[in-house]
Amino acid sequence: MDFGLSEEQQQLKESARAFLTGECPTTFVRKVMASDDGYPRELYDHIAKLGWTGLVVPEKFGGAGLGMLDMAMVLEEGGYAAMPGPFMFSSMLAASALKLSGSDQLKSKWLTALAEGKAIGTVAIVESAGSIDARDINAIGSKGAAGWHLTGSKMFVPYANVADFIVVAAKHDSDIFLFVVDAKSPGVTISGLKNLDLTRRVSRLELKSAPAERLKGGKDLFGKLVDVAAIAVAADSLGGTERALEMAVDYSKVREQFGKPIGSFQALKHAAAEIVADLEPARAMIWYASYAQDTGAADASRVAAMAKARLCDIYSRSTDRAVLMHGGIGFTWEHDMHLWFKRARFNESYFGSPSFYRERVAILGAY
Amino acid sequence: MDLQFTSEEEAFRLKVRDWLAENMPTSGLSDTREGREDKTWLARAKAWQRRLYEAGYVALAWPKEYGGQAMDPVRQSIVNDEMVRAKAPYNVGASGLGMLGPTLISWGSEEQKQRYLPKILTAEEIWCQGYSEPGAGSDLASLKTRAEVVGDEFVVNGQKVWTSGAQYADMMFCLVRTDPEAPKHRGISYILIDMHTPGITVRPLVQMTGDRGFNEVFFDNVRVPRKNLVAKLNEGWIVANATLFHERNMLGSASGSEQRFNRLLALAKSITRGGRPLTEDPVFRQRLVDLEIRVEAMRFHALRQLTDQIRGKNPGVEAMINKLVGTELNHDLATAAMEAMGDYSMLARDDEAALDHAYWPYEWMFSLGLVIGGGTSHIQKNIIAERGLKMPKSR
Repeated sequence: MDFGLSEEQQQLKESARAFLTGECPTTFVRKVMASDDGYPRELYDHIAKLGWTGLVVPEKFGGAGLGMLDMAMVLEEGGYAAMPGPFMFSSMLAASALKLSGSDQLKSKWLTALAEGKAIGTVAIVESAGSIDARDINAIGSKGAAGWHLTGSKMFVPYANVADFIVVAAKHDSDIFLFVVDAKSPGVTISGLKNLDLTRRVSRLELKSAPAERLKGGKDLFGKLVDVAAIAVAADSLGGTERALEMAVDYSKVREQFGKPIGSFQALKHAAAEIVADLEPARAMIWYASYAQDTGAADASRVAAMAKARLCDIYSRSTDRAVLMHGGIGFTWEHDMHLWFKRARFNESYFGSPSFYRERVAILGAY
Repeated sequence: MDLQFTSEEEAFRLKVRDWLAENMPTSGLSDTREGREDKTWLARAKAWQRRLYEAGYVALAWPKEYGGQAMDPVRQSIVNDEMVRAKAPYNVGASGLGMLGPTLISWGSEEQKQRYLPKILTAEEIWCQGYSEPGAGSDLASLKTRAEVVGDEFVVNGQKVWTSGAQYADMMFCLVRTDPEAPKHRGISYILIDMHTPGITVRPLVQMTGDRGFNEVFFDNVRVPRKNLVAKLNEGWIVANATLFHERNMLGSASGSEQRFNRLLALAKSITRGGRPLTEDPVFRQRLVDLEIRVEAMRFHALRQLTDQIRGKNPGVEAMINKLVGTELNHDLATAAMEAMGDYSMLARDDEAALDHAYWPYEWMFSLGLVIGGGTSHIQKNIIAERGLKMPKSR
């Protein structure tokens, strides 16, 4: 019985922290925020060299073949740094969809390039309803003589603007399937949406008879992708919550009012303590949720949903508190606090809200 | 991460489970705090702990020389899990087992360990905690109960309050002021007092539940042998904090929350509202899941700390939250149950129409008492902020 990180996992986390502290400070994040495509190419090349892009890609396809818990370490640190760019969407979500169900030919085409940092993938599920619920998916996959084609429109697709391939959810025969579409194919139109959280970019995706390849497995595969996305977003949220806490506590030690550091006032101490009280049990929950994915535990989907609901609630609540602990300076564009405040909002809605996941927990638990 | 138990551990679990199935008392003790007004309760509760001890299921990790088995903490956690699963009664000697025992193992003299630890295990001696006073609650270190050294004795005068179990305890671990001139944290000593000593008066206080669970304890020239001092004279504050650390972990224990959640879920399933079970009400359902998630997170959090303990890692800020989170969660669980019961939540526990064996109205009140006892949530937050996050002291 060992409920804790391995030495390798601790090292991975520490090295990710050190790397991002050096290469991805908020001055850098802000440059990316102000850029046209929101995609930090050089940073991306660098993390590819570190092996992050192929972390969960099987060794056979040029990756490190590691698991969800290992990936959670890097995602947590990405959240701590508010690392911009498609890393999570490409290297966790798109990579997992292909890894779980792609043909060998699809895998060698995309997974290898993805692991090397030469291709970006993303996933497109949500449509105009703004909902992850499979019943709100209306895009249609149809099979003709020349293979599969997709028609429909997708919204809020992360980094479709720089993606090479897109994993798209569409209906066929009243089931939901995942398809892989080459972003450069005819019939694919991508137009940017203006995002509140500028550490992320999302786009609208129009598909008009776009050629596609279908991944094996219908709703089951979709459910697995939901699990993976839930844990990934939860891990990012864990890191972001840690950062918000750290910033607010550091500030409270130097800002003085009434002749004392404001951190000496119980109102601020209690706000900070409440963040810790939320954060630490949630950390253990992510570890377990990742472990359950890696080992195929019976409660893997249920606890993944728990982690998403809990961490996103906590991240939003904690960044609210952290902004308030800063007072007026925390409300400015100049101060970095709003980077995490907005990222918390993105995480909360992306791939389904906390209430969606709580309902999923209830259904999976036969309430 | 590897959550597999070894085959020896799994066999041990089954052995504990079977033993509990055969040996659990069937009446009077089954609900944690019921029946204490009953005169036969104490003897039966002690007999149960003794039986549990003789079977090898009490304080497994304690050193062998004091009656323990020096087992790793995993075995103890297996026993705890199985006790929860079987809804086994609470150990009457809990404050000795959970608070004083671990403190003495770290801080007691060899003689004290030999003298007191074995009788804690067998429930031959029940302990109570002499900490709070009328003028020293959250500001515990301002306590005034005086102990003067006269020859090889302490002479104790003063008063303690909110002393749970003092009405039947044999012994008290007690904080006393031994140097009134020193700064408040530096004039306190930690002593062990025999509750049968002349000069001690125990007066019951009625709790909001209607029970006589805690007491006022008065000391009038009570003579305590000098050898009952734990650690050094005037250095009791650090020992007191060691005990508080154990107390807070005990009060915030995750396994009790899991048991309460399961009971709440069963209750909600059994209640029909508007023609459907309450678990199908979309709003209440969300609330239930939120509670379950918090319970699960604390279960994982406890496993993480168990692993840290096995790995020999010193507890950090993560261990400071157990009491705050655990006790508030238990109160939230009971509050949700009260809402689930609708108008039935109006009924006192002795009304025949009360639901679920009248467990919840009592639990709802008692759980709020535990949000206060052992240091209120407000004090816990100060501790997390000041000791855990190093935020500046306000005092």
